[in-house]
Amino acid sequence: MPIRAETSGCTDVVPLVERGQREVFCGLTGIIWLHRKIQDAFFLVVGSRTCAHLIQSAAGVMIFAEPRFGTAIIDERDLAGLADVHEELDRVVGQLLARRPDIRLLFLVGSCPSEVIKLDLSRAAERQNQIHHPKVRVLNYSGSGIETTFTQGEDACLAAMVPGLPASAPDTAPALMVVGTLADVVEDQMRSLFDRMGLQVSFFPPRNSQAMPVVGPNTRYLLAQPFLADTARALQSRGAQHLAAPFPLGVEGMTAWLQAAATEFGVAPEVFEQATAAPRQRAEKALAVQRQMLQGQRIFFFPDSQLEIPLARFVHRELGMDLVEVGTPYLHRQHMAAELALIPAGTRISEGQDVDLQLDRCIADAPDLVVCGLGLANPLEAQGITTKWAIELVFTPIQGYEQAADLAGLFSRPLKRRLKLAA
Amino acid sequence: MQLTLWTYEGPPHVGAMRVATAMTDVHYVLHAPQGDTYADLLFTMIERLPRRPPVTYTTFQARDLGGDTAELFKDAARQAMARFNPAAMLVGSSCTAELIQDDPGGLAQALQLTIPVVALELPSYQRKENWGASETFYQLCRHLVHKPAAEKPEKLKKARPTCNILGPSALGFRHRDDVKEITQLLNQLGVDVAVVAPLSASVADVQKLAEADFNVVLYPEIGLAAAQWLQRQFDQPYTKTVPLGSHATRDFIAEVCTLTGLPQPAQDPTNAHAHWYAKSVDSTYLTGKRVYIFGDATHVVAAARIASQEMGFEVVGLGSYSREFAREVRDCGKRYGVEALITDDYLEVETQINALQPELILGTQMERHIAKRQGIPCAVISAPVHVQDFPARYAPQMGFEGANVLFDTWVHPLMMGLEEHLIGMFREDFEFHAGAAPSHLGSTRPAAENVAAVVTAPVPSPVATTTPMPVSAPARTDTLTTDSVQKVAAPAQAASNQATWSPEAEKELGKIPFFVRGKARRNTERFAQDLGVATITVETLYDAKAHFSR
Repeated sequence: MPIRAETSGCTDVVPLVERGQREVFCGLTGIIWLHRKIQDAFFLVVGSRTCAHLIQSAAGVMIFAEPRFGTAIIDERDLAGLADVHEELDRVVGQLLARRPDIRLLFLVGSCPSEVIKLDLSRAAERQNQIHHPKVRVLNYSGSGIETTFTQGEDACLAAMVPGLPASAPDTAPALMVVGTLADVVEDQMRSLFDRMGLQVSFFPPRNSQAMPVVGPNTRYLLAQPFLADTARALQSRGAQHLAAPFPLGVEGMTAWLQAAATEFGVAPEVFEQATAAPRQRAEKALAVQRQMLQGQRIFFFPDSQLEIPLARFVHRELGMDLVEVGTPYLHRQHMAAELALIPAGTRISEGQDVDLQLDRCIADAPDLVVCGLGLANPLEAQGITTKWAIELVFTPIQGYEQAADLAGLFSRPLKRRLKLAA
Repeated sequence: MQLTLWTYEGPPHVGAMRVATAMTDVHYVLHAPQGDTYADLLFTMIERLPRRPPVTYTTFQARDLGGDTAELFKDAARQAMARFNPAAMLVGSSCTAELIQDDPGGLAQALQLTIPVVALELPSYQRKENWGASETFYQLCRHLVHKPAAEKPEKLKKARPTCNILGPSALGFRHRDDVKEITQLLNQLGVDVAVVAPLSASVADVQKLAEADFNVVLYPEIGLAAAQWLQRQFDQPYTKTVPLGSHATRDFIAEVCTLTGLPQPAQDPTNAHAHWYAKSVDSTYLTGKRVYIFGDATHVVAAARIASQEMGFEVVGLGSYSREFAREVRDCGKRYGVEALITDDYLEVETQINALQPELILGTQMERHIAKRQGIPCAVISAPVHVQDFPARYAPQMGFEGANVLFDTWVHPLMMGLEEHLIGMFREDFEFHAGAAPSHLGSTRPAAENVAAVVTAPVPSPVATTTPMPVSAPARTDTLTTDSVQKVAAPAQAASNQATWSPEAEKELGKIPFFVRGKARRNTERFAQDLGVATITVETLYDAKAHFSR
């Protein structure tokens, strides 16, 4: 396999830590993919018009499909006195559930305004639970910008669900759980690969709130997404054990990720080989085409989703790209350990952001491709710098063997386009 | 608290951003939590600006709240000053910062910057985007506009009268091209445009606003407050007519000529095609088309006049989300004998559209989607809009070219006379059968099996009232859709006390073109119910048609 071998990794890296203006989404944005995953859940943000406007802007046209999310907009009367807010919430939730009788799980999602006025949403959720029990379960978490960055909203949501997961019977054999929202197509592929290895697997979050996976001391879990620090901690407190692995991006990541489960559950090497050989070869072949375009291109990641380090590992080792800077909003050393070991030593890794300074660095470095948010993408393009907008990497199915070349395609397309338009 | 799925307007600080981004040398320092930078992408993506909006956010986080967020603000303002070197600075709070009660105005003053600093008080929990834009522009004028010299020196006196154009901003619906069109129009009349603001204006430009002879208010939602202030302070008159549509453009020209004493041109320019197009015989079929209008106040009031007087439509309903201009919209409604709907709840708009079953909807991006779901033709006349309504081509709404654009845009989704005639004539023909969509609406063509279902399935209309959100179905997977359709169809049949359709009548109904079939079904059922008819026959169908024919 043509994967770059590096002499040493980036395990002991001291990231460049910056504080200043951060050009990132808040955790509310997670609702946009979470609500697609859990089909009978509704996400009710308690916040301001800004929150409603943010979700609307991020969700684009999806909002018109009568989506399962909305905002209870706080107004002046609510700010005047706290007592009244809970009654207001009763009314809004009642109104909502009457409109949507199909909803079985309701999330009250905290925002910056609700956190700052110290609106006790956990108490509100308890109260709503009493009112609407047993038809609807009500949970709460915070997706506020002051506490969460973009994908951390999913972390907060999943962590809020963990205490309510049914306990597994104490004497059952160890079982595998995959944690983190994946596109259904990716989930199905993974399930079938685990099947071929003879492993039963549950996915969290589930597609339906009535089919929550069980958890307990016999649970071994693999993280499918890198941004799940709190969820992991919550699972740990239920006795579940984390299987350390790189994330399932690219052929190498996916293989190592599967291998971590196979090793834990004692899957024979030949069974593993048999289960993975065909899709692995298929993916490698497809990647080879993409590598021709991307080999030797210099890439710069702005912080966005915490997917940056695994993505950097993938584009560097499997596509031959050179890493200029890898920015991440938050660096979880332990979850990222297997990834950092595969990043070449000396790579500039930055945590947090001062966007003006980072833009200065980016322009001085003149990379071939910049991964950044939509607020920066067109302005950088206008300066002659090719960009790949980052949010697409969160919405598109990119994990697993069958998607490896699609993922590479997301990076090569802007470069191809630049060549075509220049010609 | 208000339950919201969709909002027509953003918060007021987005309005302030629209003014700051429109101008060339103003910087906005916004006290806001991490995440509020999302608003940047409205400008870089929807308007496709090739630069970042001139906004610095403090992006405070939870850990900052215990400490000194005020210091954070001062640092951000200092750094923005050093980096961007603006000619004036706007400072203010977003909704969350409003709650933590730092005082951006006072803090900025303490920095003793050498440029004008305008502190914005934008109450986020009461007001919205357009108000924010209007207030920001008004405050900028109050702080920046210089009093003109009492007597202009002889050499500076211009031969031609001058005016400013007030209101165009960033993220404005067709503002770019409206400015160009109206500037040309004014130039042809003999008027020079001194300053356009806030769009493309510098601080120096705004300082000179009072020097012009009068103001043209293109968008009252943003420019009126400033224009009224300029009138109070400097006796500078402003135009009251918004030149949207041929008639209004002529009125606007007359108003400008009155203000300036210039002669009124004898006839329209040679590019004024809309009037003739509306008179041509192919447009006869547009007569009395029932139209529903929703959007911001200015565009709704103008569209109603165009629809009624220039297109020959019948305005069956109108409304606006602009509470600030509710009175104007209500007065407009009265002129057409309808009660205006003033709301920012799109569900109310949807309910009204549902009840009225218009043949054309003129609205915002949201109405476009309501229309799509109900299979009603629609054209966009007002913000909020998506990226496709910031077109690359020249596409004004105002002036005579604007009237041409409006004619094309509104008529396009409708069946034109010839096509409608053909469908009536060949309605049994395989290409023009009842299920065929108009050739230019190919994407709305229902799948073959759906057509069959529509024709044979019993009365789907009561479903809409028993299940509040049938529209969620398309968002799910195909299998779910089929399931839910079957599930809801069955109880609807049982619970309904409505007349049932005989197979012959159902078949006859299928011969009616799909775009009026819903209305025909509804009318016939209402007719049958009123008369206590149990089974709808072909006779009932035609009796109802005769009863309701206009």
